[in-house]
Amino acid sequence: MMLQKLRKPGFYFLGISLLIYIVIQVPLSLGLLNNYWRGIIFWGAAITMVTLGLNLIYGFNGQFSLGQYGFYAIGAYASADVTYRWLHGDTSGLLVVLFGSLLSLLFYALVAAFLRRFYRVSALTQFTYYTLVTIFAFWLTVQYLVPLLGPGTLSLLQALPEAVSRQIVFFVALAGGAAMAGISSFLFGIPVLELGSDYFGIATLGFTIIIKVLLDNTDTILPFPEMKGARGMIGIPQWTTWTWVFLSFMFVVIVMRNLLHSSVGRTILAVREDERAAELVGIDVASAKILAFVVGSIFAGLAGGIRAHDLAFLHPQSFNFVQSFNPLIIVVLGGLGSMTGTILTGFLWIFLLEGFLRLYLPPGFETWRLVVYPLILLLMMLLRPEGLFGQYEVPFLRQTFPSLRKSVQAEEEPLKEVAA
Amino acid sequence: MALLEVKDLVVSYGAIRALHGISFYVDQGEIVTLIGANGAGKSTTLRTISALQRADSGQITYDGKDITRASASAIVHQGLIQVPEGRRIFAPLTVRENLEMGAYSRKDKEEVAASMEYVFQLFPRLKERLEQAGGTLSGGEQQMLAVARALMAKPRLLLMDEPSMGLAPILVEEIFDIIQEINAQGVTILLVEQNAHMALSIANRGYVLETGTIQLEGPAKELAANPQVQEAYLGGG
Repeated sequence: MMLQKLRKPGFYFLGISLLIYIVIQVPLSLGLLNNYWRGIIFWGAAITMVTLGLNLIYGFNGQFSLGQYGFYAIGAYASADVTYRWLHGDTSGLLVVLFGSLLSLLFYALVAAFLRRFYRVSALTQFTYYTLVTIFAFWLTVQYLVPLLGPGTLSLLQALPEAVSRQIVFFVALAGGAAMAGISSFLFGIPVLELGSDYFGIATLGFTIIIKVLLDNTDTILPFPEMKGARGMIGIPQWTTWTWVFLSFMFVVIVMRNLLHSSVGRTILAVREDERAAELVGIDVASAKILAFVVGSIFAGLAGGIRAHDLAFLHPQSFNFVQSFNPLIIVVLGGLGSMTGTILTGFLWIFLLEGFLRLYLPPGFETWRLVVYPLILLLMMLLRPEGLFGQYEVPFLRQTFPSLRKSVQAEEEPLKEVAA
Repeated sequence: MALLEVKDLVVSYGAIRALHGISFYVDQGEIVTLIGANGAGKSTTLRTISALQRADSGQITYDGKDITRASASAIVHQGLIQVPEGRRIFAPLTVRENLEMGAYSRKDKEEVAASMEYVFQLFPRLKERLEQAGGTLSGGEQQMLAVARALMAKPRLLLMDEPSMGLAPILVEEIFDIIQEINAQGVTILLVEQNAHMALSIANRGYVLETGTIQLEGPAKELAANPQVQEAYLGGG
């Protein structure tokens, strides 16, 4: 009986999700949904993934971050570069994100094992070690692995039917974009997360601005002429399908849900409630913060890849710091610490403000958006500061503290039997 | 050999030196108290032992191991647990969840339920409030929850920072009774208190801390009888 109770919300959740998948896929296949609304739905999903990541960092772990759009941009540009190069018969993007991140992970494990032998290694020392091995990993990949494996990979993938190789390349591109976002958030997070909430917020704002400036100059100071700097990157294949959107979205929701339901999730929440108290019960606060930050950024990176391959065009201006307030507004509006709130508000936000506003209100109204947003936020703070959904969750997403409860319940149950 | 030994501990907050090289020890099974006025460095001492504050110099040895540069979580995992000043319970979590968080560092998950039973014996009121959010408890109950949470970690050495702060006199007595009971179960206790009278009445030994140095030390009874201590901390002579 216990098992059924636990599983039921999961079945409902998956059932409803599949239903939504079909409800959107069928009109798409029949050509009933025009490109405009298709774009709105995909955009809504991407923004929601970015915001779920922010909710993990800010809502569940209490670290106020304005850096989410920076990681979104990294994911978008990295994955777009992979597919762009592939279209031009170049597998280097593919190999670099794949082996660069795998090698980095391997080196991180080695560095972590090495640093564990010392007490209280300062954050800057850790940062230096991890950054050096990251550079080394990517240098090795570019210098040796790409020339070695490049031609082989190309002929291998070209031997496959185009439909198959495209999906493989797209998968690696999405995963690679997410990995690049994850790696940069890891390196950025080590020294900066230690600063504490307000300073962390300012530092992440700086991060978003740096990323924007770098993207403006990808063709001059960075060696990526195909990104075309401030002119915007064109020629990205439009490979994002509803299935990819749906799978990525479900990946984000389920990973986040399971993370929060695990004992690690408990440490993430405890750090939000009281860092000092968390330390005193033996939680490694720094690791809990970095974990939430990296996972949240990976979500943003994945969303970036999805968005890039739907728009087929990327411009640094779409990642400037004013834009980076979007996920912040959504997460506060939906309720900090509510996945349900973020999901519903994220889609609603794009549907109402980008979808209906442009279609049904007189042209020119969208320039008023920057007046409307703060007004909504202001009203929200006055009327419902906990957000539309507070900390409400649909049953499947609701956090429990299950692992230890069982043992106490098991002790209570025999008592009831005696009474009966 | 002492369970905890602090040697020449120096701690500063920026340019301000809080501890000027203090040394003391706590033997297995003892209750030792650090008494002193506000700003004497009592809480700083406990914070430094728990690695919430970095030591400039000096050495802290626990159970024969140097823990001066160990991380806060590593120290908790070795059974050196602190009940912090101001309780610091997880306000939105229920009493039960708070207790479960207390057992976070333990590997013997099967025995955690037994610890919870033990905690309920000590604090029957917590059992009644099991599903209530910690933040809605009264001050006394929150202090009990803070002690109970620390006990869930199965401490060998319990550091207690001002457990009587802000409590009604009758609750203070209750808390001190419980401290003695915990000690009788074999838990060593280092108690920091402004309420010197109560602290000395249950402790084996005591240290008097004044502006970052140890002024006096000795068996608790002797300290309580010391005219200097009586004048300064016990309100009269």
